[in-house]
Amino acid sequence: MSPDAVPILKVNDLLKRFGGFHALDGLTFHVSPGEILGLVGPNGSGKTTAINVISGLYAPDRGDVVFDGVSVGGMASHKLVHRGINRTFQIPKPFLSLTVRENIAVALAYGRAEVTPPSTAELLVDFHLDAVADRPASELNSAQQKMLDLVRALATRPRLLLLDELAAGLNPTELDWIAGRIKTLAKSGMAIIVVEHLMGFIEQITDRVIVMNAGKEIFEGTLAVAVKVPEVIEVFLGGEHAA
Amino acid sequence: MPSLARHTLFIAVPLLALFAILPGVYNNHLLLFNFVIFLILAQGVNIIYGFTGYLPFGYVGFFGAGAYGFAIMVMHFQSPAPLAVVVAGLVGVALGLLLAPLLRLTGAYFAIANLAAALAVLHFVANPALESITKGPYGVALNGTFNPTMAYNGALIILALTLGIVVFLRNSSFGLALQAVREDAFSASMAGVNVLKMRMIAWLASALVAGFAGGVFAWYVSVFYPDNVFSADFSIFAIVFALFGGVATITGPIVGVVILYGIYNLIGFTTPQYFQLIYGLLIIGLVLFLPAGLVSLATRRGWYVP
Repeated sequence: MSPDAVPILKVNDLLKRFGGFHALDGLTFHVSPGEILGLVGPNGSGKTTAINVISGLYAPDRGDVVFDGVSVGGMASHKLVHRGINRTFQIPKPFLSLTVRENIAVALAYGRAEVTPPSTAELLVDFHLDAVADRPASELNSAQQKMLDLVRALATRPRLLLLDELAAGLNPTELDWIAGRIKTLAKSGMAIIVVEHLMGFIEQITDRVIVMNAGKEIFEGTLAVAVKVPEVIEVFLGGEHAA
Repeated sequence: MPSLARHTLFIAVPLLALFAILPGVYNNHLLLFNFVIFLILAQGVNIIYGFTGYLPFGYVGFFGAGAYGFAIMVMHFQSPAPLAVVVAGLVGVALGLLLAPLLRLTGAYFAIANLAAALAVLHFVANPALESITKGPYGVALNGTFNPTMAYNGALIILALTLGIVVFLRNSSFGLALQAVREDAFSASMAGVNVLKMRMIAWLASALVAGFAGGVFAWYVSVFYPDNVFSADFSIFAIVFALFGGVATITGPIVGVVILYGIYNLIGFTTPQYFQLIYGLLIIGLVLFLPAGLVSLATRRGWYVP
């Protein structure tokens, strides 16, 4: 990653309301090709909402999402996928009645990847799904469903990948292994945004983190620095620990 | 051999051949015709319910609209019957377009709204104020087109078209994408699938075949009332047959029609007094023990069911 690289995603002054609640309240950040950016913050700080707006589930109420120089805020999700954005879900959402292979086939057929995506066989082997390739997704365990969610995203050959708590529920061996895979993807030039509660995992893979609270950015930099900033400590642990 | 060719050759073609030969050896042609109509309607339900998850409780709306499309073409434009059947299909599609906003609803809400929509079409057609166009509640009697043999052949052509659609859906990434939409619409859009467009295509395809079926039905019977062609029995039978066999397959709805409509007629001929009892028990048993239909007996064991 080069720190001077032109950002592929710029998020400007994003506001998202749910009734009177401001889930995002002026969020601004960017991410560059090859970079792994961590979004951290307490529950309800707006991390998943940010992912949902960038991936087209919600249109922003104010502000803009600029991907590859084009304003894409509020664009339909499948069009964002065709432009090169994809994501995983906190609770994986594979197509349960379809087999693993069929799950991947849908994304390969409809993803309109600009660069030839990896083959089904490669994806199955790379993410340890080859043994269950012909089983319905409903029979997979939760770690396998998470991998299938990731493979579905990768089959569309994204240039920006949003990972929403991919690591939650994985055992230490799986964590190490998936951290390696994510880094490899970034080395290939993919921009990756990681939403995660596991700080060890975030420290292991990210180049930079944005700490969010109440829909805003309160810190940007490396995690090692973030943990020494009183304001960050305060939102994670409460006021009395901040001194 | 690719599975598309296999399914065409070993399921669609034999079924069509069977129903092409049967009138020569079996005298109850009306029964055979009804079998063909229910095969079309059950597969039409399969297209929209099996592949997208929308349960069309008002499916008969398309069928009745098609029947009246046929009748109006014949009564007012002296159209030849085959052309009127084509128009019947288009009337089904037009009604599908009109009802497209219902696709915003899901689950039971969609099913109920669709049922209400079919009733609305019935009462529109049966309105005495429209007597000059639809003959209102007094029913239509078509002159000059009555030809059961040709109408039966027409129904076979429509069955062939319908089976073609289902074989395509079962063997294409288009069909997989529809099922992905049924499973989780947002996740499907994250696979690059245009969810609204896909639902719309499936909805209109199922409206088209039901409109065609209504057209050939009007051709076959020639005399009917609004209550006949908008009877809720058509929706319920088509749904029950499709579910009994198992949706999102080619064979499920066929098995469902052959077994359930077969039993229906068997009981109807032999012991009509027990008909509703036996039929009711069958359906309760299905819902309790085989909610995914007869084909799930095989799929549970990991067997592939075309």
